[in-house]
Amino acid sequence: MPVEVRLTAVLQRVTGGAKSIQAEGETVEQLLGSMEQSYPGFLAQVMQEEGKLHRFVNIYLNDEDIRYLDQLNTKVQQGDVVSILPALAGGSTAC
Amino acid sequence: MPINVYIPTPFRRLTGNRTSVEAKGLTVSDVLHDLEARFPGLRAQITDERDEVPAHINIYVNNREISALQGTRTPVRDGDEMALIPAIAGGADENGATAPAGPRMLTPDQVTRYSRHMIMGQVGPAGQRKLMNAKVLIVGAGGLGSPNALYLALAGIGTIGIVDFDVVDLSNLQRQILHQTADIGKPKVVSARETINAHNPDVNVVLHEEPLHSENAIEIIGQYDIIVNGADNFATRYLVNDASYLLGKTLVDGSILLFDGQATVFEPGKGCYRCLFPEPPPPGMVPSCAEAGVLGALCATIGSIQATEVIKQVLKIGDPLVGRLLLYDALSMEFRIVKTRRNPNCPLCGDHPTVTELIDYEAFCGAPAREPSHV
Repeated sequence: MPVEVRLTAVLQRVTGGAKSIQAEGETVEQLLGSMEQSYPGFLAQVMQEEGKLHRFVNIYLNDEDIRYLDQLNTKVQQGDVVSILPALAGGSTAC
Repeated sequence: MPINVYIPTPFRRLTGNRTSVEAKGLTVSDVLHDLEARFPGLRAQITDERDEVPAHINIYVNNREISALQGTRTPVRDGDEMALIPAIAGGADENGATAPAGPRMLTPDQVTRYSRHMIMGQVGPAGQRKLMNAKVLIVGAGGLGSPNALYLALAGIGTIGIVDFDVVDLSNLQRQILHQTADIGKPKVVSARETINAHNPDVNVVLHEEPLHSENAIEIIGQYDIIVNGADNFATRYLVNDASYLLGKTLVDGSILLFDGQATVFEPGKGCYRCLFPEPPPPGMVPSCAEAGVLGALCATIGSIQATEVIKQVLKIGDPLVGRLLLYDALSMEFRIVKTRRNPNCPLCGDHPTVTELIDYEAFCGAPAREPSHV
């Protein structure tokens, strides 16, 4: 069951520029696994080695942070949009 | 169809608190007489004994000041919009509260300069004075700081502080609209003050030409009402977040990279940057603008959203971007909003805080010692 996964520009570098990807899975974790199969190296951008999300990466199911749902076990269904959002710091350097 | 007349806050006690009223007449003078018949006492507020409009009151017909037309003999037609804008605002705002301390009188030039704001019911003379009494700190005179500084200055924010220790570099000029070619080599805070005051000499620009760090952040941030974050490194971003929260200041946050932008507002007690991103990425994991690039016009989009949120905070109008994170993708030209929350386990603003004073942010972010790199 494909679910749309949206990536910000930083992560698009791992997916060859693709910003919206149809991934397979019934939970967020399965979606991420499917992304890793399509784009080797993707998982390291969002997960720590022990299988937890990096603390500077947020994942949203529609408009809700999965930290406040069922974390990586959050269920997804067709029509959902999952967004992966690493922290950005851009602005001015010297302050 | 009669003429619609906007009534500013100080006169609304005479119109039963109505923001706009209808009146009839063929000229501005007729309308003023008709208003007097409907709302006794109103004309005495607007014209002097000789039935002339004194210099401290501006009257607009369809957004044009009547002294540039035919004065009180300016003809009006049904459906026209007329507005009465006094330079001297009353002592109470819309909630009946005492007006903030500071300048109580707007000069005629100020009335004209800010007329497009003051003519709106959400601003009015009382709101304009709030803007003129506000103190806003902008962290970084770069991509985001530039549009923030300009729009806040144009709006008449009374005091704008700028923290930056960099000098203007040629590579800044693709996006940093505070600085121009002739400013290359000049301290950014100096260039910023020149540009701001060229746009609006009323603004008191306070320069903080030094790096923001744990030893000076409380002292600097404590001088301001609202903080705007335009920093490009995670150490400063967490420092500004923590200091703003500890001082009870509202933080208007924005960030940009490549074609992506984010903006949100942190009000103390309603979540902070640590609730959103508990830890910074390890150095090198998320590239900087210098490494990856950034679209110049994106700075204006996000910076202008920040400036809008600052003005809303000062005026206490609308729904602030609190509890919401705005995401902007310039390539697909899409805006989205996701929810943010206060995390009860947040080390800063959670139920059992462990960060109760400023820490070593370079160590927290694993960042090397900072060098100006002209981003």
